[in-house]
Amino acid sequence: MYNSIVMVKQVPDTANISGKVMKDDGTVNRAKLPAIFNHEDRVALELALQVKERYGGKVTAITMGPPRASDILRECLFMGADETYLISDRKFAGADTLATSYVLSEAIKKIGDYHFIFAGRQAIDGDTAQVGPQTAEKLNIPQITYTEEVIEAAGDKVRAKKKIDGGYEIVESKLPVLLTVLKDVVDPRPFSAKRVMTYKNAKSLMDLEKLTEENSLLYIDKLVHEYEERGLYIKTLTMDDLNLDVKRCGIKGSPTKVYKVESVVLGGGSQQIVEPTKAAIGELIDQLMSDHIFG
Amino acid sequence: MQMDFKNEVWVFIEQRDGNPADVSFELLCKGLKLSDAMKGKLKAIVIGDNVNEIVEQTFIYGADETIVIEHPSLKHYQTLPYSRILNELIKKHVPRIVLFGATVIGRDLAPRVASHTKSGLTADCTDLQISDVKYLKQDHHNLLLQIRPAFGGNIIATIITPDVPVQMATVREGVMELHPLDKPKKGKITKLPFTPDSMDDLVKIIEQHREDNKVNLKAAPIIVAGGYGLGTKENFKLVEELAHTIGGEVAGSRAAVDAGFVTPDRQVGQTGVTVRPKLYIAVGISGAIQHRAGMQESNKIIAINSDPDAPIFDVAHYGIVGNATEIIPAFIDVYKHKLK
Repeated sequence: MYNSIVMVKQVPDTANISGKVMKDDGTVNRAKLPAIFNHEDRVALELALQVKERYGGKVTAITMGPPRASDILRECLFMGADETYLISDRKFAGADTLATSYVLSEAIKKIGDYHFIFAGRQAIDGDTAQVGPQTAEKLNIPQITYTEEVIEAAGDKVRAKKKIDGGYEIVESKLPVLLTVLKDVVDPRPFSAKRVMTYKNAKSLMDLEKLTEENSLLYIDKLVHEYEERGLYIKTLTMDDLNLDVKRCGIKGSPTKVYKVESVVLGGGSQQIVEPTKAAIGELIDQLMSDHIFG
Repeated sequence: MQMDFKNEVWVFIEQRDGNPADVSFELLCKGLKLSDAMKGKLKAIVIGDNVNEIVEQTFIYGADETIVIEHPSLKHYQTLPYSRILNELIKKHVPRIVLFGATVIGRDLAPRVASHTKSGLTADCTDLQISDVKYLKQDHHNLLLQIRPAFGGNIIATIITPDVPVQMATVREGVMELHPLDKPKKGKITKLPFTPDSMDDLVKIIEQHREDNKVNLKAAPIIVAGGYGLGTKENFKLVEELAHTIGGEVAGSRAAVDAGFVTPDRQVGQTGVTVRPKLYIAVGISGAIQHRAGMQESNKIIAINSDPDAPIFDVAHYGIVGNATEIIPAFIDVYKHKLK
């Protein structure tokens, strides 16, 4: 039996940025961007679910983010996660990868009882691929990055196939280990219709607090208890629930700072329009031949 | 906080089976400029087994000193011993800047080391500069500007690490140019001992497979690249056909790679390879900044796109507006005719 923790992230859909998203000063208006489940993290969840199916155990999905990130935790439940944690606090905002991995590693220490930690290799909003290795370092456990396949787990060891530059390696690691996974190694399973019916009403602490704001007859402690009883509570960890040094969290705990942001300035300018006709293309080819680029 | 720094620039020299990675030497060349700007020293860090040849080469690219850690158990890269060695060295000597190639190895190693030494780390930089910076009303002398496209390429961000001693960055292969010195530096070689640790063996390499016939886009004089705009894998074959006809290499944008039109080793751009060929033909590529970052220094650029407003036209020398499925066959036809 092996227990897995999966680190997932809600990301802005950077592939679908439209004009309205860019502010006049050239910065990005995050609130205007559609938020999606980072694809590689979904693949990571799939690998964790497969480990559970092969060997038994439990799959716990965790995310650090604003309250609306509970959306992707519900999706984790739809796919088959047993338990979810939202790690959310205003003091975590503006974190770079170092501050993020610090909070995640402390949350994982609190959750405990794991053999595997899975994560996508990178998130599409930053493409840094840093949070996985940095979390492993803070937990003082080994890491296997660029994982393509979990071959076999036995006793306190796992064999995995990982990508290297120009090929692949089979490695064997002692457990616990953190694995980051590549995007196209498996297709994440679709949502189970039954699980969607069950878990669409799952709620985090912040989701429930919103309900109490809308209806003064509801009490938060009672609501949390009720959702826990029904198995619909997305466990929520804030600053107060974790053993954290506030100086290492959020923007304060981030050594990297954004100094300047510029809109993209286009270069070039010597552009010449070539008509899409054979005659014009022929002239272009002649030009390239006389420049000794062709021929 | 103004600290007294030695202003050293370190470059991690990556080797695979005893062969140095090009990107490491490219970074030495950039590192030399950065260390000159700060009047500091450039140091190369070589970890492996029997690496004498690599050590000699570091001086051709400007290293003042090369730190060597050799041991049979360090022959192949492994996260735990390599990161432990760097952690200890960095904590002891506190370099101002440490650069890594943004390779599979560099992206495994750099974050682990940055986490342990609590350093700032910026991934996939497209430019690095030294500058005095005023940030939050404080003056900082000789900071590393870490420049990279961000947020889907809609902005260019300059990242700084003002409050910690060590600034780290990763850079993709081909982004920095290789300039061997006319005369190699008479650099110092410092060999340090390696003491194995019980944690080193937590992960063992059981098998390793590497294919040699690697695509070398950087060396190709002509590149024909296709994008998502081609729509189908079938249409992408036109790109291959054109490349074949004019003697070029096939490449693709990230979107084309994601769509499965072309393999990842042929991706041009910020998260792929940076190229500077004599001729770059971009077909059905809109020209997001991440792509342009990887090709805009090409000698001549031809853009073929059905959208006249596509940003790729802004960096192109020749623009053809129209449907690639008509233009490419016409191009091939005319070209073959001219050669006769």
